[in-house]
Amino acid sequence: MSADLSPLWEVFIRSRNGLAHRHAGSLHAADAEMALQAARDLFTRRGEAASLWVVPAAAIIASDPDEAGMLFEPTGSKIYRHPTFYEVPEDVGHM
Amino acid sequence: MYTQALDTAEAQSKPADTAAAARFQARIDAEQRIEPQDFMPEAYRRTLIRQISQHAHSEIVGMLPEGNWITRAPSLRRKAALLAKVQDEGGHGLYLYAAAETLGVARETLVDQLLAGAAKYSSIFNYPTLTWADIGAIGWLVDGAAIMNQIPLCRCSYGPYARAMIRICKEESFHQRQGFEIMLTLCRGTAAQKAMAQDALDRWWWPVLMMFGPPDAQSRHSQHSARWKIKRFSNDELRQKFLDATVPQAQFLGLTLPDPALAFDPETGHWRAGPIDWAEFEAVLAGNGPCNRERLEARRRAHDEGGWVREAARAHAEKRRAAKARAA
Repeated sequence: MSADLSPLWEVFIRSRNGLAHRHAGSLHAADAEMALQAARDLFTRRGEAASLWVVPAAAIIASDPDEAGMLFEPTGSKIYRHPTFYEVPEDVGHM
Repeated sequence: MYTQALDTAEAQSKPADTAAAARFQARIDAEQRIEPQDFMPEAYRRTLIRQISQHAHSEIVGMLPEGNWITRAPSLRRKAALLAKVQDEGGHGLYLYAAAETLGVARETLVDQLLAGAAKYSSIFNYPTLTWADIGAIGWLVDGAAIMNQIPLCRCSYGPYARAMIRICKEESFHQRQGFEIMLTLCRGTAAQKAMAQDALDRWWWPVLMMFGPPDAQSRHSQHSARWKIKRFSNDELRQKFLDATVPQAQFLGLTLPDPALAFDPETGHWRAGPIDWAEFEAVLAGNGPCNRERLEARRRAHDEGGWVREAARAHAEKRRAAKARAA
Protein backbone atom coordinates (compact mmCIF):
# COMPACT_ATOMS: atom_id res chain seq x y z
CA MET A 1 0.00 0.00 0.00
CA SER A 2 2.98 2.35 0.15
CA ALA A 3 2.01 3.52 -3.37
CA ASP A 4 -1.04 5.09 -1.72
CA LEU A 5 1.00 7.42 0.46
CA SER A 6 0.18 11.00 -0.41
CA PRO A 7 1.71 14.11 1.16
CA LEU A 8 0.38 15.60 4.40
CA TRP A 9 -0.91 19.18 4.40
CA GLU A 10 -1.65 21.48 7.30
CA VAL A 11 -4.87 23.46 6.97
CA PHE A 12 -5.36 27.02 8.21
CA ILE A 13 -8.72 28.80 8.25
CA ARG A 14 -9.51 32.49 8.37
CA SER A 15 -12.94 32.42 9.92
CA ARG A 16 -13.86 36.05 9.31
CA ASN A 17 -12.48 39.05 7.53
CA GLY A 18 -9.97 40.78 9.77
CA LEU A 19 -8.91 37.72 11.74
CA ALA A 20 -5.70 35.73 11.30
CA HIS A 21 -5.61 32.27 9.74
CA ARG A 22 -5.71 29.61 12.43
CA HIS A 23 -4.59 26.00 12.31
CA ALA A 24 -7.60 23.70 11.86
CA GLY A 25 -6.04 20.29 11.21
CA SER A 26 -4.29 18.25 8.58
CA LEU A 27 -5.16 16.09 5.59
CA HIS A 28 -3.61 14.03 2.81
CA ALA A 29 -3.76 15.08 -0.84
CA ALA A 30 -1.70 14.44 -3.95
CA ASP A 31 -1.20 18.12 -4.77
CA ALA A 32 -1.98 21.63 -3.58
CA GLU A 33 -5.15 22.03 -5.62
CA MET A 34 -6.65 18.81 -4.31
CA ALA A 35 -5.52 19.72 -0.81
CA LEU A 36 -7.51 22.97 -1.04
CA GLN A 37 -10.58 21.14 -2.32
CA ALA A 38 -10.34 18.52 0.42
CA ALA A 39 -9.81 21.22 3.06
CA ARG A 40 -12.95 22.96 1.86
CA ASP A 41 -14.97 19.73 2.14
CA LEU A 42 -13.42 18.61 5.39
CA PHE A 43 -13.16 21.76 7.49
CA THR A 44 -15.74 24.24 6.16
CA ARG A 45 -19.05 22.37 6.02
CA ARG A 46 -20.77 24.96 8.21
CA GLY A 47 -19.58 28.30 6.91
CA GLU A 48 -16.45 28.31 9.07
CA ALA A 49 -14.20 29.99 6.54
CA ALA A 50 -13.65 33.21 4.63
CA SER A 51 -10.27 31.95 3.41
CA LEU A 52 -8.14 28.78 3.46
CA TRP A 53 -4.42 28.07 3.46
CA VAL A 54 -2.87 24.67 2.90
CA VAL A 55 0.83 24.23 3.67
CA PRO A 56 2.92 21.10 3.06
CA ALA A 57 3.44 19.68 6.55
CA ALA A 58 7.06 18.96 5.64
CA ALA A 59 7.66 22.69 5.07
CA ILE A 60 6.96 23.61 8.69
CA ILE A 61 10.01 24.13 10.88
CA ALA A 62 9.11 23.60 14.52
CA SER A 63 11.02 24.44 17.68
CA ASP A 64 12.35 21.48 19.63
CA PRO A 65 10.20 20.73 22.70
CA ASP A 66 13.36 19.76 24.59
CA GLU A 67 14.57 23.32 24.09
CA ALA A 68 11.33 24.91 25.23
CA GLY A 69 12.87 25.84 28.59
CA MET A 70 15.92 27.44 27.06
CA LEU A 71 13.83 29.30 24.50
CA PHE A 72 10.89 30.52 26.50
CA GLU A 73 11.69 30.50 30.20
CA PRO A 74 14.05 33.52 30.23
CA THR A 75 11.14 35.90 29.64
CA GLY A 76 9.49 34.69 32.83
CA SER A 77 11.78 36.89 34.92
CA LYS A 78 11.53 39.92 32.67
CA ILE A 79 8.46 41.35 34.30
CA TYR A 80 9.59 44.89 33.42
CA ARG A 81 8.31 44.16 29.91
CA HIS A 82 4.75 44.41 31.22
CA PRO A 83 3.00 47.71 31.95
CA THR A 84 1.91 46.57 35.42
CA PHE A 85 5.61 46.64 36.50
CA TYR A 86 5.54 50.43 36.62
CA GLU A 87 3.97 52.59 39.24
CA VAL A 88 2.05 55.64 38.16
CA PRO A 89 0.36 57.79 40.86
CA GLU A 90 -3.39 57.62 40.74
CA ASP A 91 -3.61 61.40 40.31
CA VAL A 92 -1.99 61.06 36.90
CA GLY A 93 -5.04 59.22 35.64
CA HIS A 94 -5.18 56.66 32.89
CA MET A 95 -1.94 56.06 31.03
CA MET B 1 -19.40 9.85 17.03
CA TYR B 2 -18.81 6.31 17.88
CA THR B 3 -15.94 5.65 20.15
CA GLN B 4 -16.32 2.46 22.06
CA ALA B 5 -14.34 0.97 24.87
CA LEU B 6 -13.15 -2.06 22.98
CA ASP B 7 -9.68 -3.25 23.56
CA THR B 8 -7.13 -0.78 24.69
CA ALA B 9 -5.41 -3.27 26.95
CA GLU B 10 -1.71 -2.73 26.85
CA ALA B 11 1.38 -4.49 28.03
CA GLN B 12 3.39 -2.77 30.72
CA SER B 13 5.98 -0.44 29.33
CA LYS B 14 9.58 -1.30 30.03
CA PRO B 15 10.94 0.63 32.98
CA ALA B 16 13.67 1.93 30.67
CA ASP B 17 13.40 5.56 31.61
CA THR B 18 11.57 5.75 34.89
CA ALA B 19 12.54 9.36 35.56
CA ALA B 20 11.06 10.47 32.24
CA ALA B 21 7.98 8.34 32.91
CA ALA B 22 7.53 9.99 36.30
CA ARG B 23 7.84 13.45 34.73
CA PHE B 24 5.28 12.38 32.13
CA GLN B 25 2.81 11.23 34.78
CA ALA B 26 3.36 14.46 36.71
CA ARG B 27 2.43 16.46 33.61
CA ILE B 28 -0.73 14.37 33.18
CA ASP B 29 -1.62 14.83 36.86
CA ALA B 30 -1.19 18.58 36.43
CA GLU B 31 -3.77 18.42 33.58
CA GLN B 32 -1.18 19.40 30.97
CA ARG B 33 -1.78 18.25 27.41
CA ILE B 34 0.72 15.92 25.77
CA GLU B 35 1.72 16.97 22.24
CA PRO B 36 3.16 14.77 19.44
CA GLN B 37 6.81 15.75 19.95
CA ASP B 38 6.70 15.36 23.74
CA PHE B 39 8.07 12.35 25.55
CA MET B 40 5.47 9.65 26.14
CA PRO B 41 5.75 6.05 27.34
CA GLU B 42 5.44 3.52 24.52
CA ALA B 43 2.39 1.96 26.16
CA TYR B 44 0.64 5.37 26.17
CA ARG B 45 1.44 5.80 22.48
CA ARG B 46 0.22 2.30 21.56
CA THR B 47 -2.94 2.63 23.64
CA LEU B 48 -3.79 5.90 21.90
CA ILE B 49 -3.04 4.60 18.41
CA ARG B 50 -5.34 1.68 19.07
CA GLN B 51 -8.15 3.75 20.61
CA ILE B 52 -8.04 6.61 18.09
CA SER B 53 -7.83 4.27 15.09
CA GLN B 54 -10.71 2.13 16.39
CA HIS B 55 -12.65 5.35 16.82
CA ALA B 56 -11.78 6.43 13.25
CA HIS B 57 -12.74 3.03 11.83
CA SER B 58 -16.06 3.27 13.69
CA GLU B 59 -16.83 6.59 12.01
CA ILE B 60 -16.06 5.19 8.58
CA VAL B 61 -17.93 1.90 9.03
CA GLY B 62 -20.71 3.88 10.73
CA MET B 63 -21.46 5.56 7.41
CA LEU B 64 -22.72 2.25 6.01
CA PRO B 65 -25.89 1.49 8.03
CA GLU B 66 -27.20 5.01 7.50
CA GLY B 67 -25.98 5.30 3.93
CA ASN B 68 -28.35 2.41 3.28
CA TRP B 69 -31.31 4.82 3.65
CA ILE B 70 -30.10 7.98 1.89
CA THR B 71 -31.80 7.13 -1.39
CA ARG B 72 -35.00 6.11 0.38
CA ALA B 73 -35.40 8.94 2.90
CA PRO B 74 -39.09 9.91 3.09
CA SER B 75 -38.61 13.60 2.20
CA LEU B 76 -36.04 15.95 0.75
CA ARG B 77 -35.56 17.51 4.20
CA ARG B 78 -34.78 14.13 5.75
CA LYS B 79 -32.54 13.20 2.85
CA ALA B 80 -30.49 16.40 3.06
CA ALA B 81 -30.08 15.96 6.83
CA LEU B 82 -29.06 12.31 6.53
CA LEU B 83 -26.61 13.10 3.76
CA ALA B 84 -25.06 15.86 5.91
CA LYS B 85 -24.84 13.48 8.89
CA VAL B 86 -23.13 10.72 6.91
CA GLN B 87 -20.76 13.28 5.39
CA ASP B 88 -19.90 14.48 8.90
CA GLU B 89 -19.06 10.91 9.87
CA GLY B 90 -16.66 10.61 6.94
CA GLY B 91 -15.07 13.88 8.03
CA HIS B 92 -14.83 12.74 11.64
CA GLY B 93 -13.07 9.57 10.53
CA LEU B 94 -10.52 11.70 8.71
CA TYR B 95 -9.94 14.03 11.70
CA LEU B 96 -9.30 10.97 13.82
CA TYR B 97 -6.94 9.26 11.37
CA ALA B 98 -4.99 12.53 11.27
CA ALA B 99 -4.84 12.58 15.09
CA ALA B 100 -3.60 8.96 15.09
CA GLU B 101 -0.95 9.81 12.50
CA THR B 102 0.63 12.36 14.86
CA LEU B 103 1.65 9.32 16.93
CA GLY B 104 3.85 8.04 14.13
CA VAL B 105 1.61 5.61 12.25
CA ALA B 106 0.52 6.03 8.62
CA ARG B 107 -3.18 6.25 7.83
CA GLU B 108 -2.68 3.65 5.10
CA THR B 109 -1.41 1.20 7.71
CA LEU B 110 -4.48 1.75 9.86
CA VAL B 111 -6.85 1.40 6.90
CA ASP B 112 -5.07 -1.79 5.87
CA GLN B 113 -5.62 -3.16 9.38
CA LEU B 114 -9.35 -2.42 9.10
CA LEU B 115 -9.67 -3.99 5.65
CA ALA B 116 -7.69 -7.05 6.74
CA GLY B 117 -10.15 -7.56 9.60
CA ALA B 118 -7.35 -7.07 12.13
CA ALA B 119 -8.73 -3.85 13.64
CA LYS B 120 -11.87 -3.39 15.69
CA TYR B 121 -14.65 -0.86 15.30
CA SER B 122 -17.77 -0.20 17.34
CA SER B 123 -19.94 -3.30 17.65
CA ILE B 124 -23.10 -1.28 16.99
CA PHE B 125 -22.49 -1.00 13.24
CA ASN B 126 -22.80 -4.73 12.74
CA TYR B 127 -26.57 -4.48 13.13
CA PRO B 128 -28.80 -3.94 10.09
CA THR B 129 -31.00 -0.90 9.35
CA LEU B 130 -34.23 -2.61 8.35
CA THR B 131 -36.68 0.31 8.33
CA TRP B 132 -36.64 4.10 8.20
CA ALA B 133 -37.28 4.14 11.95
CA ASP B 134 -33.82 2.62 12.41
CA ILE B 135 -32.36 5.92 11.15
CA GLY B 136 -34.30 7.70 13.91
CA ALA B 137 -33.17 5.15 16.50
CA ILE B 138 -29.52 5.44 15.43
CA GLY B 139 -29.50 9.22 15.67
CA TRP B 140 -31.36 9.29 18.99
CA LEU B 141 -29.67 6.34 20.72
CA VAL B 142 -26.40 5.53 18.98
CA ASP B 143 -25.38 9.16 18.64
CA GLY B 144 -26.74 9.84 22.12
CA ALA B 145 -24.51 7.10 23.53
CA ALA B 146 -21.56 8.29 21.47
CA ILE B 147 -21.96 11.84 22.78
CA MET B 148 -21.83 10.56 26.39
CA ASN B 149 -18.56 8.86 25.50
CA GLN B 150 -17.10 11.71 23.51
CA ILE B 151 -17.74 14.78 25.64
CA PRO B 152 -15.18 13.65 28.27
CA LEU B 153 -12.70 12.85 25.46
CA CYS B 154 -12.56 16.58 24.68
CA ARG B 155 -10.45 16.77 27.87
CA CYS B 156 -8.30 13.77 27.00
CA SER B 157 -4.61 14.20 27.88
CA TYR B 158 -3.43 13.83 24.28
CA GLY B 159 -3.76 17.24 22.58
CA PRO B 160 -4.48 16.21 18.96
CA TYR B 161 -7.15 13.70 20.05
CA ALA B 162 -8.79 16.20 22.40
CA ARG B 163 -8.83 18.88 19.69
CA ALA B 164 -10.33 16.49 17.13
CA MET B 165 -13.01 15.56 19.66
CA ILE B 166 -13.92 19.20 20.31
CA ARG B 167 -14.50 19.72 16.59
CA ILE B 168 -16.42 16.44 16.33
CA CYS B 169 -18.67 17.14 19.31
CA LYS B 170 -19.46 20.61 17.98
CA GLU B 171 -20.43 19.29 14.56
CA GLU B 172 -22.29 16.36 15.95
CA SER B 173 -24.74 18.16 18.16
CA PHE B 174 -27.39 18.02 15.43
CA HIS B 175 -27.09 14.26 14.88
CA GLN B 176 -28.95 13.18 17.99
CA ARG B 177 -31.63 15.84 17.61
CA GLN B 178 -32.41 14.86 14.02
CA GLY B 179 -32.78 11.22 15.14
CA PHE B 180 -35.09 12.13 18.00
CA GLU B 181 -37.16 14.27 15.64
CA ILE B 182 -37.59 11.30 13.29
CA MET B 183 -38.76 9.16 16.24
CA LEU B 184 -41.10 11.89 17.46
CA THR B 185 -42.66 12.28 14.02
CA LEU B 186 -43.24 8.52 13.75
CA CYS B 187 -44.66 8.36 17.29
CA ARG B 188 -47.13 11.17 16.51
CA GLY B 189 -48.08 9.51 13.23
CA THR B 190 -50.26 6.53 12.43
CA ALA B 191 -50.40 3.39 14.55
CA ALA B 192 -48.26 1.62 11.96
CA GLN B 193 -45.64 4.38 12.12
CA LYS B 194 -45.53 4.25 15.90
CA ALA B 195 -45.20 0.47 15.76
CA MET B 196 -42.27 0.92 13.40
CA ALA B 197 -40.60 3.24 15.92
CA GLN B 198 -41.20 0.74 18.73
CA ASP B 199 -39.76 -2.09 16.64
CA ALA B 200 -36.60 -0.08 15.94
CA LEU B 201 -36.22 0.74 19.65
CA ASP B 202 -36.71 -2.93 20.54
CA ARG B 203 -33.88 -3.98 18.24
CA TRP B 204 -31.40 -1.16 19.02
CA TRP B 205 -31.81 -0.73 22.77
CA TRP B 206 -29.59 -3.55 24.05
CA PRO B 207 -26.85 -3.17 21.42
CA VAL B 208 -26.71 0.54 22.33
CA LEU B 209 -26.22 -0.24 26.03
CA MET B 210 -23.39 -2.56 24.98
CA MET B 211 -21.67 0.30 23.13
CA PHE B 212 -20.19 1.52 26.43
CA GLY B 213 -18.13 -1.64 26.64
CA PRO B 214 -17.92 -4.47 29.16
CA PRO B 215 -18.81 -3.88 32.83
CA ASP B 216 -16.07 -2.23 34.90
CA ALA B 217 -15.37 -5.44 36.78
CA GLN B 218 -14.36 -7.14 33.52
CA SER B 219 -12.78 -4.19 31.77
CA ARG B 220 -9.16 -4.91 31.02
CA HIS B 221 -7.85 -1.48 30.28
CA SER B 222 -9.65 1.07 32.42
CA GLN B 223 -6.89 1.43 35.01
CA HIS B 224 -4.17 2.63 32.66
CA SER B 225 -6.51 4.77 30.60
CA ALA B 226 -7.83 6.46 33.74
CA ARG B 227 -4.35 7.09 35.13
CA TRP B 228 -3.30 8.60 31.80
CA LYS B 229 -6.49 10.68 31.63
CA ILE B 230 -7.43 9.19 28.30
CA LYS B 231 -10.65 7.88 29.80
CA ARG B 232 -12.21 9.97 32.54
CA PHE B 233 -15.34 7.96 33.27
CA SER B 234 -15.71 4.19 33.50
CA ASN B 235 -17.88 2.16 31.12
CA ASP B 236 -20.55 1.64 33.78
CA GLU B 237 -20.57 5.32 34.79
CA LEU B 238 -21.15 6.40 31.19
CA ARG B 239 -23.79 3.70 30.66
CA GLN B 240 -25.61 4.94 33.77
CA LYS B 241 -25.52 8.55 32.58
CA PHE B 242 -26.96 7.48 29.24
CA LEU B 243 -29.69 5.43 30.88
CA ASP B 244 -30.75 8.28 33.17
CA ALA B 245 -30.87 10.69 30.25
CA THR B 246 -32.67 8.38 27.83
CA VAL B 247 -35.46 6.74 29.86
CA PRO B 248 -37.42 10.00 30.20
CA GLN B 249 -36.99 10.64 26.47
CA ALA B 250 -38.51 7.23 25.67
CA GLN B 251 -41.37 8.05 28.03
CA PHE B 252 -41.92 11.35 26.24
CA LEU B 253 -42.14 9.47 22.94
CA GLY B 254 -44.63 7.06 24.49
CA LEU B 255 -42.40 4.10 23.66
CA THR B 256 -41.61 1.12 25.90
CA LEU B 257 -38.01 0.16 26.55
CA PRO B 258 -37.60 -3.58 25.95
CA ASP B 259 -36.37 -4.25 29.49
CA PRO B 260 -38.95 -5.71 31.90
CA ALA B 261 -36.48 -5.31 34.78
CA LEU B 262 -35.95 -1.59 34.19
CA ALA B 263 -36.75 0.25 37.42
CA PHE B 264 -36.22 3.62 39.04
CA ASP B 265 -34.26 3.53 42.28
CA PRO B 266 -35.65 6.40 44.37
CA GLU B 267 -32.78 6.14 46.87
CA THR B 268 -30.06 6.95 44.36
CA GLY B 269 -32.23 8.74 41.81
CA HIS B 270 -30.92 6.44 39.07
CA TRP B 271 -32.61 4.11 36.60
CA ARG B 272 -31.46 0.50 36.87
CA ALA B 273 -31.35 -1.69 33.76
CA GLY B 274 -31.79 -5.44 33.68
CA PRO B 275 -28.88 -7.76 32.88
CA ILE B 276 -27.09 -7.21 29.56
CA ASP B 277 -26.40 -10.23 27.35
CA TRP B 278 -22.60 -9.93 27.16
CA ALA B 279 -22.35 -13.16 25.17
CA GLU B 280 -24.00 -11.31 22.28
CA PHE B 281 -21.51 -8.45 22.62
CA GLU B 282 -18.57 -10.86 22.57
CA ALA B 283 -19.98 -12.66 19.52
CA VAL B 284 -20.41 -9.40 17.59
CA LEU B 285 -16.89 -8.27 18.51
CA ALA B 286 -15.53 -11.64 17.43
CA GLY B 287 -16.97 -11.04 13.97
CA ASN B 288 -20.23 -12.93 14.27
CA GLY B 289 -22.78 -10.12 14.41
CA PRO B 290 -25.57 -9.92 11.84
CA CYS B 291 -23.60 -7.68 9.43
CA ASN B 292 -19.87 -8.01 10.22
CA ARG B 293 -18.96 -9.65 6.91
CA GLU B 294 -21.17 -7.35 4.87
CA ARG B 295 -19.63 -4.22 6.48
CA LEU B 296 -16.05 -5.30 5.81
CA GLU B 297 -16.88 -6.37 2.28
CA ALA B 298 -18.47 -2.97 1.62
CA ARG B 299 -15.33 -1.21 2.92
CA ARG B 300 -13.03 -3.41 0.86
CA ARG B 301 -15.09 -2.87 -2.26
CA ALA B 302 -15.12 0.91 -1.73
CA HIS B 303 -11.36 0.88 -1.20
CA ASP B 304 -10.70 -1.21 -4.30
CA GLU B 305 -13.09 0.75 -6.49
CA GLY B 306 -11.50 4.02 -5.36
CA GLY B 307 -8.03 2.75 -6.27
CA TRP B 308 -8.03 4.29 -9.76
CA VAL B 309 -8.94 7.69 -8.31
CA ARG B 310 -5.95 7.67 -5.96
CA GLU B 311 -3.75 6.47 -8.77
CA ALA B 312 -5.00 9.15 -11.17
CA ALA B 313 -4.55 11.89 -8.55
CA ARG B 314 -0.95 10.84 -7.99
CA ALA B 315 -0.22 10.60 -11.73
CA HIS B 316 -1.75 14.04 -12.30
CA ALA B 317 0.27 15.59 -9.47
CA GLU B 318 3.42 13.95 -10.82
CA LYS B 319 2.75 15.21 -14.35
CA ARG B 320 2.17 18.76 -13.11
CA ARG B 321 5.36 18.65 -11.06
CA ALA B 322 7.33 17.47 -14.09
CA ALA B 323 5.80 20.16 -16.35
CA LYS B 324 6.63 22.83 -13.80
CA ALA B 325 10.20 21.56 -13.53
CA ARG B 326 10.59 21.68 -17.32
CA ALA B 327 9.24 25.23 -17.52
CA ALA B 328 11.61 26.44 -14.80
